[in-house]
Amino acid sequence: MSAGKYQGKRKGGLFGRGFQDYCDSLKYAMHVIFRPFDGFWDLVHEKRGSLAAAHTYLFLFLLTYILSLMCTNFQFVTAPIQYINIYEQCASLLIPFLILCLSNWCLSTLFDGKGRFPDIYMAMCYALVPYILIQLPMVLLSHMISYDEAAYYNVLGTISVIWPLFLAFVGLMQVHDYSPGKNLIFLVATVFGALVILFLILVFFSLLSDAAAYFISLYREIAFRLY
Amino acid sequence: MKRTHRLLLLCMALLLAASSFTGALAGEDGYSTSYTYNYDYWSDLRESPDAYRVEQVIYSADLALETPMNKPQSLFVRGNMLYVCDTGNNRILELKRENNVFSVTRIIDTVKGASPETFSNPGDVAVDEAGNIYVADTNNNRVVMMDAEQNFVREYTKPDDTTFDQNLGFLPRRIAVDSSGRVFVLATNVNKGLVKFEADGSFTGFIGANPVTVNMWDYIWKTFFTTKEQRSQQASFVPTEYENIYIDDEGFIYATNINFSEYDLLYDNAKPIRRLNSIGNDILIKNDRYPPIGDLYWVEGSADKGPSKLKDITVLDNDIYIVFDRTRGRIFGYDPQGIMLWAFGSKDNSEGAFLGPISLEHMGTDLLALDEFGCSITVFTTTEYGDLIYQASDQYLRGDYDGSAETWYEVLRLNANYNLAYVGIGRALMRQERFEEAMEYFKMAYDHENYGRAYRYFRKEQVEDNIWAIAVVLIAVIAVWLTVRGVKGMKEEVAAYERRQVSR
Repeated sequence: MSAGKYQGKRKGGLFGRGFQDYCDSLKYAMHVIFRPFDGFWDLVHEKRGSLAAAHTYLFLFLLTYILSLMCTNFQFVTAPIQYINIYEQCASLLIPFLILCLSNWCLSTLFDGKGRFPDIYMAMCYALVPYILIQLPMVLLSHMISYDEAAYYNVLGTISVIWPLFLAFVGLMQVHDYSPGKNLIFLVATVFGALVILFLILVFFSLLSDAAAYFISLYREIAFRLY
Repeated sequence: MKRTHRLLLLCMALLLAASSFTGALAGEDGYSTSYTYNYDYWSDLRESPDAYRVEQVIYSADLALETPMNKPQSLFVRGNMLYVCDTGNNRILELKRENNVFSVTRIIDTVKGASPETFSNPGDVAVDEAGNIYVADTNNNRVVMMDAEQNFVREYTKPDDTTFDQNLGFLPRRIAVDSSGRVFVLATNVNKGLVKFEADGSFTGFIGANPVTVNMWDYIWKTFFTTKEQRSQQASFVPTEYENIYIDDEGFIYATNINFSEYDLLYDNAKPIRRLNSIGNDILIKNDRYPPIGDLYWVEGSADKGPSKLKDITVLDNDIYIVFDRTRGRIFGYDPQGIMLWAFGSKDNSEGAFLGPISLEHMGTDLLALDEFGCSITVFTTTEYGDLIYQASDQYLRGDYDGSAETWYEVLRLNANYNLAYVGIGRALMRQERFEEAMEYFKMAYDHENYGRAYRYFRKEQVEDNIWAIAVVLIAVIAVWLTVRGVKGMKEEVAAYERRQVSR
């Protein structure tokens, strides 16, 4: 698809030009997920995507995940819903996601990556779109099929995970302008980088709490002596 | 991504279940056994009314025995006669139950005409329908058969066969006799399965050998990382022995097995309970979410941790099988589908608890549990609740589905947490073609499969009833789509025409 079609549409709609741009960048996700190599390149290098759209998709992703936990027909629910904490679930998706983006960005300097942090974040968020597009109808579908027909449901579920993973791979490759082999090595390094970041966070908080405890006890000691 | 989350959640659920377990050990009304429980769909522990209560506990003194029982090992019931294998005193006690009182009718300690005439450390006793008595006379290396008057009939000794390792002593520990007089012997040190003798005393081979399970890492370790000397020091991979056997009315052998690692329970590799057919294959039905293994959870670090060790098994006439756990002194009942009906019991000194659970038998629906250290026999009788459960499953087996639903309603009145009752009612509703209500009941029991089945019928009904509406909506959607496409195409054509006009 050529770039001309999209540039021609910038005329400003009901909510002004900014909103029209936002809608265009949302719509561009459809192009990205079906033509990832071309799509991701244009997403960052031709400024087709927007951070606002990326935030939207991340939010929708979390929403979809929660919906599929809460609203899926009971035939296909395997997790004990009575024990699930929504905020915990969101955090368990969001935090690893952000840490992976961060570690990817940190390491891109070492690996000659071209991407900036917003680019990486945007590519990763756009890669989540197939999950939303498949999982939402799956919630509906789960109310229309019976347990014996679970095969369809499971296949869709598998696709909804594999597709975004593939997109994330391609997306990072295009954002950083890597070859596939280099990208693969880079991704492995990213995972290790994420572990290092986690470790640093833990160390930081443990030191912080130690420091806080020190000052608190210092204050108590002084208060005890003075009064 | 999703799979791992499910796993995490499952782990969470397991932890919760484990923590709720601690509270469930103490009794409420003095009998620790009265604390009956069951597991729900999430394998959480659910308190339940008592299915069985202690009717009486029989000690040596109650039987007016001159020499008290000493390490009794086994019970056997035939009609209203109870046989106790009093191993430490080398004798068999024959008790009769009349008006709920057990009294000794005779003490069998000799076999007339056998050599030797006395027993040495007998392990088990069995009686066939004709009244012939079989004793697993362990240290005399024989199974001795006598008639009802204690006259020697036959003995089954070490098979003179190449398949039997002649270096091993023949130490029969447990026996079972089927209706045609075949004798199945569980012998110490024999790991090829059960030793089978025909009615005429001839040895006809082994059945039901435990398949050897080899852990991959063990195998790699032993093959590549140990020397020959080290290997000879270690235990080799051998099939394990069974712990106990029972023959049901149809001639199937139920066997329990306690030699397995905790890890093997995870994917049902351990199979602590088996039902062997005539060629020795395990045909136990397991339709529950968890296989029948006794307790699903236990408190780590407590004295009685570890998986349930099922010392004995007994099978009621309605194919409900009941096992006796050594680890925590529990008795578990399972229906023919492998679904746990109830569990109760504990290990201590109180009435209805056990010190050394060793053998379990049934007389009708009453349970008789033998305690080898307490030297006592505990008699349990069913409560209203236990009776209702049996009645409902009997009615279901007989095909009286509506009747069983009625009974299940009664069960629910006593225990609203009883999954099996919801499933039973759901099935009956489904037979009455009340699919929507059936779905509701299946949902309450988390029965995915039956829910799906009911839902399919429900969906079919809905589609058939509303076929016209569906057709109209479908046609309307297609019509709208075609129109929109047509209009779009026309617009494009017009635009193209205009462009051509302009460019000219």
